[in-house]
Amino acid sequence: MAEFNLPQNSRLTEGKAWPKPAGAAKLTEFKVYRWNPDTGENPRTDTYFVDREDCGPMVLDALIWIKSKIDPTLTFRRSCREGICGSCAMNMDGKNGLACTTGIDECSGHGKSAGKVAIYPLPHMPVIKDLVPDLTRFYAQHASIEPWLKTTTPAPEKEWKQAKDDREKLDGLYECILCACCSTSCPSYWWNGDRYLGPAALLQAYRWLIDSRDESTGERLDNLEDPFRLYRCHTIMNCANACPKGLNPAKAIAEVKKMMVARQV
Amino acid sequence: MAITKARSTATYAGQAYPITDHTFDVVVVGAGGAGLRATVGCSQAGLRTACISKVFPTRSHTVAAQGGVAASLGNMGKDTWQWHMYDTVKGSDWLGDQDAIEYLVRNAPAAVYELEHWGVPFSRTESGKIYQRPFGGMTTEFGEGPPAQRTCAAADRTGHAMLHTLYGQALRYNTEFFIEYFAIDLIMDEDGHCRGVIALKLDDGTIHRFRSQQTILATGGYGRAYFSATSAHTCTGDGGGMVLRAGLPLQDMEFVQFHPTGIYGAGCLITEGARGEGGYLTNSEGERFMERYAPSAKDLASRDVVSRSMTMEIRGGRGVGKNKDHIYLHLDHLDPKILHERLPGISESAKIFAGVDVTREPIPVLPTVHYNMGGIPTNFHGEVLTKVDGNPDTVVPGLMAIGEAACVSVHGANRLGSNSLIDLVVFGRAAGLRCAETVTAGEKQPELPKNSADLALIRLDKYRNASGGTSTAELRGRMQKTMQDNCAVYRTGETLEEGHKLIHEVWGGITDIATTDRSLIWNSDLVETLEFDNLITQAVVTMDSALNRPESRGAHAREDYPNRDDKDWMKHTLSWIDDEKRSVTLDERPVHTYTLSNDIEYIKPKARVY
Repeated sequence: MAEFNLPQNSRLTEGKAWPKPAGAAKLTEFKVYRWNPDTGENPRTDTYFVDREDCGPMVLDALIWIKSKIDPTLTFRRSCREGICGSCAMNMDGKNGLACTTGIDECSGHGKSAGKVAIYPLPHMPVIKDLVPDLTRFYAQHASIEPWLKTTTPAPEKEWKQAKDDREKLDGLYECILCACCSTSCPSYWWNGDRYLGPAALLQAYRWLIDSRDESTGERLDNLEDPFRLYRCHTIMNCANACPKGLNPAKAIAEVKKMMVARQV
Repeated sequence: MAITKARSTATYAGQAYPITDHTFDVVVVGAGGAGLRATVGCSQAGLRTACISKVFPTRSHTVAAQGGVAASLGNMGKDTWQWHMYDTVKGSDWLGDQDAIEYLVRNAPAAVYELEHWGVPFSRTESGKIYQRPFGGMTTEFGEGPPAQRTCAAADRTGHAMLHTLYGQALRYNTEFFIEYFAIDLIMDEDGHCRGVIALKLDDGTIHRFRSQQTILATGGYGRAYFSATSAHTCTGDGGGMVLRAGLPLQDMEFVQFHPTGIYGAGCLITEGARGEGGYLTNSEGERFMERYAPSAKDLASRDVVSRSMTMEIRGGRGVGKNKDHIYLHLDHLDPKILHERLPGISESAKIFAGVDVTREPIPVLPTVHYNMGGIPTNFHGEVLTKVDGNPDTVVPGLMAIGEAACVSVHGANRLGSNSLIDLVVFGRAAGLRCAETVTAGEKQPELPKNSADLALIRLDKYRNASGGTSTAELRGRMQKTMQDNCAVYRTGETLEEGHKLIHEVWGGITDIATTDRSLIWNSDLVETLEFDNLITQAVVTMDSALNRPESRGAHAREDYPNRDDKDWMKHTLSWIDDEKRSVTLDERPVHTYTLSNDIEYIKPKARVY
């Protein structure tokens, strides 16, 4: 029987344990994934102790605290720190989310890791360095659904009218922040990420399909009519669990599938 | 073929830096609302356009704008651009240039309709039009009538909706993005022309030299010069820093807007739209104190007025909380259905960052640094200006600036809420139109000066290998604390004198800076150091400009000079630095006391009462 193993150079090793800060009353232990392509070494997990009385409540606060006070080489993306830009998506305590809206105390650890906070990059994406994944393909998939309003009717002088209940259909869709938490939590995307568009891109696809102003429904559906692009969703629902904005990409995908069927009958 | 790519290598301090060369008609630095709108405009004009950004476009800070975008559509009742203009002039405390303000407000409705046609999911009225809400300082009948409902909203996620839509348009026009490229310095030639920009590609550490006929800086504000800001970590004013190092001035840097309602502690923004929808502020006695400070506009007075009133309440011992050091914002009297429909985002933020259920409890808030009225001086086409031989409107060839990075000046001494999102799209569009007029597609560009990469690479190499005794984070912390303590809502000669001394010390401390990460792949230690270098020079000119202005106007409130002084100080401050000597030079530019057309007369200064 075939045996699957990670290549030698991908195996995670135990990294450096950084000293505890002196005089801190309340410490939390962080195990953080580190990988620097410059060194030629395997990825490792470094151990840091964060002084909770000197640090804000969120995981991002802790990462910034570590970078400022202990190890300036720790590398991660961050920007708005209020859950709207989507930069700091990562895997914390085994779950994808935004570091800026995930409380340190929400990451309680499991089994022998109880009380420790484990931080990894978003799963199954190429890593550029430490917690920074390469999202090039993810962005290209988003672009492939052509995320802009398409109309053929000449534009009115003022706004397109849209009834309130038509506008309401966009709620739960337009709020997507492209953080990639959903797509990178999806086993189907892990397996077929080169051909399956993944929950984020498909949620966006549905956002334009359902927009009452858009006049390109047929063309948009044609673009998704493919055994992989749309139909690799197997309603595993990890996407809905992972979304830090509380959106439900799986439901949007189901709606797209319904539209596919509806136009054939 | 408009683009040529070549490779060469430059050596600094023994380190070889491979350089990739690019040529474009226009290079836009920054992919927020203004940068993307300009990029789309230049692309539409048939110009070969590059858009460089240190973050993926939808991570830009426009995404965090909440309440809306101002335009006199009149969907909720009668409105006119003249009323919008009056409010903006008054909001600016008469420091805004009225020609530019007229340009802004007259082009605002078309800019909003354009966004709607591009797909922005605006909230709707019963008749299916764009929903508009009241916002601070927005009135009718030239300040005499009831509050205007002028601010077009997509719930409380308007910036997010706009930015994602603009990104979609950029994709539609096949924009050439250079994403996660950090712009280090401008390329200036001997004649003072801007010839492009040098950037660091973060994921592999290579240097990219962009040659262009026009370079448009859309790099945003420098809110992170302060300790507590609603601004993102990436709001480090990189364009302003580059302009100062290029020997060009910044304008009106003393005018820093404090948003009345940043969440206490976390600093995250709670939109003014919360008060637009009926929210109000109370002190420890449960009093709606804004009624005393602004009897007519109350909680919807302009931001500088509300922030000062809150500060006075806290100083008077009427702050709330254990330390009596903040204020409550009440939304608990509003219909939960309205909160869910119109303010869902801030309801979520209040829960996450203050642990507050807005339907039941007030949100603890505090005035928090939010916006820079000052920036790179431009005319209303977006062309960068400097003062040469007494001419205050000398255009710097090849260089433009838009958005928060720029100072057109439409916001003067105080910006009205929802006037920044409209600023982005109106002047982003204007820059595109100007490029269509001034740039010939594919025109052959002269060779770059021999030393074109020197400034950028010498700095890069210096900071990458910096081995002093003070970490970037420590110096940055000292800068942020100094700005927060000495250049805040209220200022005095004394606090500013001390601040001037302290902030220059921090600037001097950069010779002792230390970085740890020596790699070139996604070296965020290096990038944060380059960002600090951009922040500190702007912090210094902010402090020095504030010290230099002995009057109170808009966001610049001097306790030792409580009145506005139109006779001597109705003028813009210009500030230059000498980065070698670490010194600042100040000068002035006249305020434009004329309008763009004969359709409206110059609005004369009068007392600013809300």
